[in-house]
Amino acid sequence: MRHLMSPLDMSVDELDRLMNLADNIRLNPDKYAHVCDGKILATCFYEPSTRTRLSFESAMMHLGGKTLGFASADSSSAAKGESVSDTIRMISCYADICAMRHPKEGAPMVAASKSKIPVINAGDGGHQHPTQTLTDLLTIRSLKGHLDQLTIGLCGDLKFGRTVHSLINALIRYPNINFVFISPEELRIPDYIRDDLLKQDHISFKEVIRLEEVMPELDLLYMTRVQKERFFNEEDYVRLKDFYILDKSKMELARPDMLVLHPLPRVNEISVEVDDDPRAVYFEQVQYGVYIRMALILALLEVEVE
Amino acid sequence: MLNVGRIEEGFVLDHIKAGKSLSIYHDLKLDKLDCTIAIIKNAKSNKMGKKDIVKVECDIDMLDFDILGFIDHNITVNVIKDGEIVAKKDLVLPKQITNVIKCKNPRCITSIEQELQHVFILTDEEKEIYRCKYCEEHYNNQ
Repeated sequence: MRHLMSPLDMSVDELDRLMNLADNIRLNPDKYAHVCDGKILATCFYEPSTRTRLSFESAMMHLGGKTLGFASADSSSAAKGESVSDTIRMISCYADICAMRHPKEGAPMVAASKSKIPVINAGDGGHQHPTQTLTDLLTIRSLKGHLDQLTIGLCGDLKFGRTVHSLINALIRYPNINFVFISPEELRIPDYIRDDLLKQDHISFKEVIRLEEVMPELDLLYMTRVQKERFFNEEDYVRLKDFYILDKSKMELARPDMLVLHPLPRVNEISVEVDDDPRAVYFEQVQYGVYIRMALILALLEVEVE
Repeated sequence: MLNVGRIEEGFVLDHIKAGKSLSIYHDLKLDKLDCTIAIIKNAKSNKMGKKDIVKVECDIDMLDFDILGFIDHNITVNVIKDGEIVAKKDLVLPKQITNVIKCKNPRCITSIEQELQHVFILTDEEKEIYRCKYCEEHYNNQ
């Protein structure tokens, strides 16, 4: 029995197979509509996350399965002080597979160690969010056709953004990836990624402050939100915030085949006027998120489809 | 000069950094042993200037080499039988340590889950960096 705690739990070959399965599901949805009949997915969400939870539920329903669970710690026995270990032992009796989100880092790993059913980490604090990374990879592979030979711009909060860190970790396993980090000084990529990962593995990267100056060279732009509370003072926030808002004028500088991704929810870092641009694929990305979660559920449940 | 007699059977921890012997005594839980133990502080050392030494008269199996290797892998462990040194044990940084250090990340599951062990895994041998098994919080042993 396997669990998914980090995107790096899977080798590049395993990820390829998973994405092939997701592609097959996308192209032949009817073939997969009942492959999980009689199976139950438990969504144990100790903190609210509408998108991820609904994406998991949608994935299981599209496979013919059913779901149960809770959407916040208040509505679970955690409010009575039950440990994660005890909860998963109980859930193991009710469901066939579990997706767990928890504000404490490592909680899904504790659950996996006591579980009789596969556990998927659906986000643990600021630590890992593997299904978002799998979604990002599938979106890029589906729309670009490959995951190598890409110049990828990552823009916004690169210091605290776990989706960014996970994506970097996953992408450096593919050849000829160049990163362009676009962020204010306060939110630069952490040293342990810059020095221990990128420099050590001789991965090409550069860091810039302004988005405009690098737009023409990007194959892909991964946007994240710059939160006001991350800045040391209001003055810097006001001075810098517009640098990280993607609008029509910045899009005009980009290549005709550049793609814009965003883990969502978007607040104001992508202007609504960009939504109709065919290069803005963040809502398609949500759809790919369902396909990859369907593939993941099948893989972890070891359901073979002829 | 202070003289501490030799032991017949047991082990001698030599080349302990001066002042560290008492914490080693506690970390190795030597206080739980019912045997003769000598702690020598600030002994003269040609190599180190000053050093601490711990002599323990008990079975070598009682010693947790992982903890000792984690505390300081430069410590010399002499195994004594019939009053003579019969072996020297090399200490290495353990790949994993359990319940020796606590994860200080307040967002880590170890901060709330009852009776969960604090497990750290060696991720960079050269820089002696350990990371929490659950949240990957960094701990530098140097």
